[in-house]
Amino acid sequence: MTLLSIEGLTGGYGGADILHGVDLRVEPGEIVVIIGPNGAGKSTLMKAAFGLVKIKEGAVLFEKRDITPLRPDQIVRQGISYVPQERNVFPSMSVEENLEMGAFIRTDDIRPQMERIYSFFPRLAERRTQIAGSMSGGERQMLAMGRALMLDPKLLLLDEPTAGLSPLFIDQTFERIQKINAAGIGILMVEQNAKQALAVCDRGYVLTMGRNRIDDTGANLLANKDVAEMFLGG
Amino acid sequence: MVTELLQLAIYGVVLGSILTLGAIGVSLIYGILRFAHFAHGDLMALGAYFSLSLVAGLGFPVWASAPFAIVGAALAAIAIDQTVYRHLRKSPPIILLISSFGIAIALRSVIQLVWGPRNQVYASGIQIPWRFEGLVIKPDHVWIVLGAVVLVAALHLFLTRTKMGKAMRAMSDNMDLALVSGIPSERVIMVTWAVGGGLAAVAGIFLGMDTRLHPVMGWSVLLPVFAAAILGGIGRPYGAIAGGMVIGLAMEMSTVVIDPTYKPAVAFALMVIMLVVRPQGLFKGNA
Ligand SMILES: Nc1ncnc2c1ncn2[C@@H]1O[C@H](COP(=O)(O)OP(=O)(O)O)[C@@H](O)[C@H]1O
Ligand SMILES: [Mg+2]
Repeated sequence: MTLLSIEGLTGGYGGADILHGVDLRVEPGEIVVIIGPNGAGKSTLMKAAFGLVKIKEGAVLFEKRDITPLRPDQIVRQGISYVPQERNVFPSMSVEENLEMGAFIRTDDIRPQMERIYSFFPRLAERRTQIAGSMSGGERQMLAMGRALMLDPKLLLLDEPTAGLSPLFIDQTFERIQKINAAGIGILMVEQNAKQALAVCDRGYVLTMGRNRIDDTGANLLANKDVAEMFLGG
Repeated sequence: MVTELLQLAIYGVVLGSILTLGAIGVSLIYGILRFAHFAHGDLMALGAYFSLSLVAGLGFPVWASAPFAIVGAALAAIAIDQTVYRHLRKSPPIILLISSFGIAIALRSVIQLVWGPRNQVYASGIQIPWRFEGLVIKPDHVWIVLGAVVLVAALHLFLTRTKMGKAMRAMSDNMDLALVSGIPSERVIMVTWAVGGGLAAVAGIFLGMDTRLHPVMGWSVLLPVFAAAILGGIGRPYGAIAGGMVIGLAMEMSTVVIDPTYKPAVAFALMVIMLVVRPQGLFKGNA
């Protein structure tokens, strides 16, 4: 069963439409990447999938269920977690509290999951009581991902998870994303590091001006001349 | 002179305790709903009058009436939010501020209608004060300060140890992220009003104990309450504690050099200076 299916999505923030009939799908176990120039509407598409954008036409289906009319807190309960591009931690709260907030809707014991996150991100384990706002960009990105994983989602949305990171952290992040995916979690991510992202993904979408431009497998997109010219530095 | 200053410092701490309890609510509400709640002073007055009904009507001691007043003011705050502010969640803050101004006037009229326009007190007769080395301390002053300390400690435990308290901090930290984390915002908002309203009731009762009850008592104390919240960095409840103390002390100590009728002007001046020099409050902010 298709995990996520976005069909003919049109909408925006109330003014002019940003998205114009975008289609996209994520199958179970896939890593799907969205690339495109700045302002193409990549983040808007992510937000639209999460009920944060006014949708005029089209639908978002999760496991065949129409989630278009749901609020973010209802969408989380379906098994989707989202890491926004910016402001993706609670800055005045500790690492531990951030993770706890990620699991707010859980009523069972969250400690086992928290320990799993800590063993996956040992850096966070060392900083349990540190205030998120005082951590480095790379650590914050880990925390943001850890927070989203607290619900053990079926699908993880990542908006530019490597933005602003050093090359070493970027490699680590891609490795981690592959590991998360290997555990059976579908990944939909927006990425600026197109070359690396396309190398690890199953399929990719090129979005320009709120429209689908090219959809193909990661390997084919890497080999595509237009894509190379636009995003891979020639 | 030293005795006089110490005496004023005592009054300052008492006033500071009252302002703190009001300012914490203003700060919590601002942190989560992003608007300055102008009806907060009148909510304090409402709580004070709830207590008065039990004290004067049923012969309750003031302390025993407080829990009822807390619940009453918390429910009133939730009811106002659900009937008025809730419909304005997506409106600009100025619209909410103006509505809260309207609510303030409405509350004051209700108070005047139900309890009458004259001055009233919880207990007639003079309390026998304690005297040490020329200092005068009334038992009520001790209760007010102790009460504020206990409530602030309880609030601290709530904000740092309970899931709901942490969710309140999370929402005030990053509303969008709180929503996408699945935090039920409307439930948290309701709890925020309950906490803010409950603390306002206690602040009102303490103000009534310290001075007297009057329908405009809340409105007159709104300015110092806001000054305290802003001094502490509005939206940060812990700052409100320091802000309340600084404003309370400044207002009382200023009477050494200027006429006591200018006490609110002192609060106002401090607030304006703060807004100009350090709008983020005394402490480093993250906003
Ligand atoms: N909160 C918002 N309100 C109004 N317009 C927005 C908002 N966020 C983004 N936009 C606009 O939507 C367009 C697409 O932005 P975005 O989806 O962030 O692009 P991308 O992530 O591809 O760089 C841009 O023109 C941007 O100015
Ligand atoms: Mg973006």
